[in-house]
Amino acid sequence: MERGEVYVLVAGPAGAGVFASSVIIGKTLLRQGYHVFVTNEYPSLIRGGQQWALVAASPRRPVYSHRRRVDVLLALDRGALLSNIGRLHEKALALCDTADAVNDPRVVALPVRDVVREEGGPPVAVNTVLVGVLFGMLGGDLGVLKGVIRGHFRSKEAAELNVRLAEKGYGIGLQLRGRFPVSVVSGGGSGGRLLIDGNSALALGLLAGGLTFFAAYPMTPASPILHFLAEVQRDVGIVVFQPESELAAINMAIGAAYAGARAAVATSGGGFSLMVEALGQAAMTETPIVIVNVQRPGPSTGMPTHTAQGDLRFVIHASQGEFPRVVLAPGSPGEAYELGCRALNLAWKYQVPVIVLMDKFLAESYWTTESLPPLGPEEGSVWRGGTNEPYARYRITETGVSPMAFPGTPGALVYANTSEHDEYGFGTIDPKTVRAMQEKRFRKLSTIQKEAESEGVRTYGDGAIAVATWGSTTMVVREAMQELEGVKLVQVVWLEPFPRESFAREVGARRLLVVENNMRGQLASLIREHVLREPDGFLGRYDGRPLDPEEVVEFVRSFAARGG
Amino acid sequence: MEERLFDTGRRPVWCPGCGNYSILIAMRRALAELGLRPEEVVVVTGIGCHGRMSDYLRVNAFHTIHGRVLPLATGIKLANPRLTVIGHAGDGDAYAIGLGHLPHAARRNVDITYIVHDNMIFGLTTGQVTPTTPLGVRTKSTPFGNPERPLNPLLLALASGATFVARGFSGEVEHLKEIIKQGIKHRGFAFIEVLQPCVTFFNTYRELREKVYKLEDEGHDPADFEAALKLAQREDRLPLGVFYRVERPTFEEAFAHAMNPPPALGRLEAPDLSRLLERFR
Repeated sequence: MERGEVYVLVAGPAGAGVFASSVIIGKTLLRQGYHVFVTNEYPSLIRGGQQWALVAASPRRPVYSHRRRVDVLLALDRGALLSNIGRLHEKALALCDTADAVNDPRVVALPVRDVVREEGGPPVAVNTVLVGVLFGMLGGDLGVLKGVIRGHFRSKEAAELNVRLAEKGYGIGLQLRGRFPVSVVSGGGSGGRLLIDGNSALALGLLAGGLTFFAAYPMTPASPILHFLAEVQRDVGIVVFQPESELAAINMAIGAAYAGARAAVATSGGGFSLMVEALGQAAMTETPIVIVNVQRPGPSTGMPTHTAQGDLRFVIHASQGEFPRVVLAPGSPGEAYELGCRALNLAWKYQVPVIVLMDKFLAESYWTTESLPPLGPEEGSVWRGGTNEPYARYRITETGVSPMAFPGTPGALVYANTSEHDEYGFGTIDPKTVRAMQEKRFRKLSTIQKEAESEGVRTYGDGAIAVATWGSTTMVVREAMQELEGVKLVQVVWLEPFPRESFAREVGARRLLVVENNMRGQLASLIREHVLREPDGFLGRYDGRPLDPEEVVEFVRSFAARGG
Repeated sequence: MEERLFDTGRRPVWCPGCGNYSILIAMRRALAELGLRPEEVVVVTGIGCHGRMSDYLRVNAFHTIHGRVLPLATGIKLANPRLTVIGHAGDGDAYAIGLGHLPHAARRNVDITYIVHDNMIFGLTTGQVTPTTPLGVRTKSTPFGNPERPLNPLLLALASGATFVARGFSGEVEHLKEIIKQGIKHRGFAFIEVLQPCVTFFNTYRELREKVYKLEDEGHDPADFEAALKLAQREDRLPLGVFYRVERPTFEEAFAHAMNPPPALGRLEAPDLSRLLERFR
């Protein structure tokens, strides 16, 4: 067991503060110089049912994802202890209340409920005592923990109660020092790093890209984007609104974008399905729009609170007819921020719909992230008047991009038309015009393709085996690479248009494995289509859970052992 | 302003005698008499015969997909409240596929005008039943008679909290023009149902002509909600005019924090996100 590296599992019934505890533990470690990763799993309900959150932390190296390893379990009730004790290794410990304990040498029974009672706290506050015990035992800085707790609670009274509970727990934890071989070595402050989830990072990226209009209908796991933007809308002066359906959300956003607002929507696969007709509308009217799809397992309602990468082919092909679009897939919060901004800028540069494909694992897990770099909006080809020529919204140009004016511009009347139209927007069925318009729209693709080639592929490490990924699976493979040698990770960030040349170049003559959070290998099928290459192996997971780094390690090693 | 300022010069392709001609003329006159400039007006049209309005009205326009006129118009108005936004929809658009948006637009009181060209039939798809086709009427999709009772759009708009509810008739162009002018001037969601015979697939002209009368001829106080509810239920005679009008805060006012300048007119600059990052430290 590595000194200083620690994996803590918090488990309990829904409503018991499992997630809050995990973030408090994570931030306390972050502020002591740790690299932290926090992920969770929960059923789709508000009370009852078991959920858990895992905090993985290292003082020395970036933590890219979870592992199967659990060192300490904080069990908030007996059910949590029973359902998670099987995940503990031999030297691990389970901390719980005396009344919840079972007969197992790894279980440490503590009077945590008594502490809550003595301090006059609500029964739910057991979690804070256990967090205190954890840091007492590991040797964390109590002052840092108290600071994090004070920042977490909005009410001063609740904050001070929880600080007292954490102090009591810390005292109990001090007596357990030495029971556990790992200690927290404080490495100073966070160094300006953040502990941030994919959804919040994506929302910040949209803001960096000049977002002024956001509409969304609640859908797990995309709703936190709506929550975050709704909360900060007055600080940044933008319109954030929840209308009657996803149909309304995207049509409002398209209306707003036509009028000149930088607009985006966010949803999951089911909501995206409802938005598909309007996706075609955005394409036909060449209205810049960003659609975020935070994937969960389908088809249909599927598993609302779980993860998957099953919508790739769907978003690439969604809608009747043919038109250019961009599909981007961030793998980490840092990339979600960067691509959220990039998505708006690309939509405005090319007047095409841009889809950002996330997934629950990325959206609701927290990674330690270097402070987000300053990014900003780029206007694209906006026309603000100034020539004597009559304005034509769909002017035929060499690049296929027509100068975009907004209603209210002096000297311009802007006619957007979902029916096939001429340069001025008037409906037409004239074969020559129809062909010219279709060709104009597709002329944009050659420039977009160049952008895809220059920034659509990222690589990590090198070796005789290439592993291709997209989205958050990239982070799982990066974690697996801590245990692997001779592997080059090739992450596809632009899925449409596909960066075929740079992908082929990066893979070269290496053996090619593909790892995805789906059953049929959707990236694998894109590779067949665009690179004309059959992958040498495919690892897919489709039970609603992210891949474990351990299974990636095993997959790559057994491939190599077979002489791959 | 002159009416022809709002004419694109394109020759309409509706059937001879179609009610859409009258609605088009009423619209151009209303815009001209209100002294609006074409640049500051946006018309949103749906799918159906009425949808060609945007080819013939010389203003900014968005010819959208079937049923989505209201959310499109709402987005435009929220993005730039300085624009005058008018939605045109057919009865298929407004009351069948897009009905779900109507009560919400009404209750949120966004400052747009919504003109429904109600000919009680799908015309452009050659004559199928719509939610306002009377019970028993034979259409291509109801060869044995319409089995459904028709929807009452005025009652629905009133019940949903619309702050301006009116009915016009394509056979009364000047009267319709006045209603449209009042609707555009109204601060809030103005719902205007226009009775419009389809000469080709469901010609109701004679029956409508016999049944319609003007509210102002018999006296009605548009502030009287109960009276409006009663009038909206009349079937023996069909009142024309403003049924109900009330002032309420508009939806845009709830977003005052985002209106200086509004979303469509914001200056592009990199925002300072440092304060928002504090919660992640």
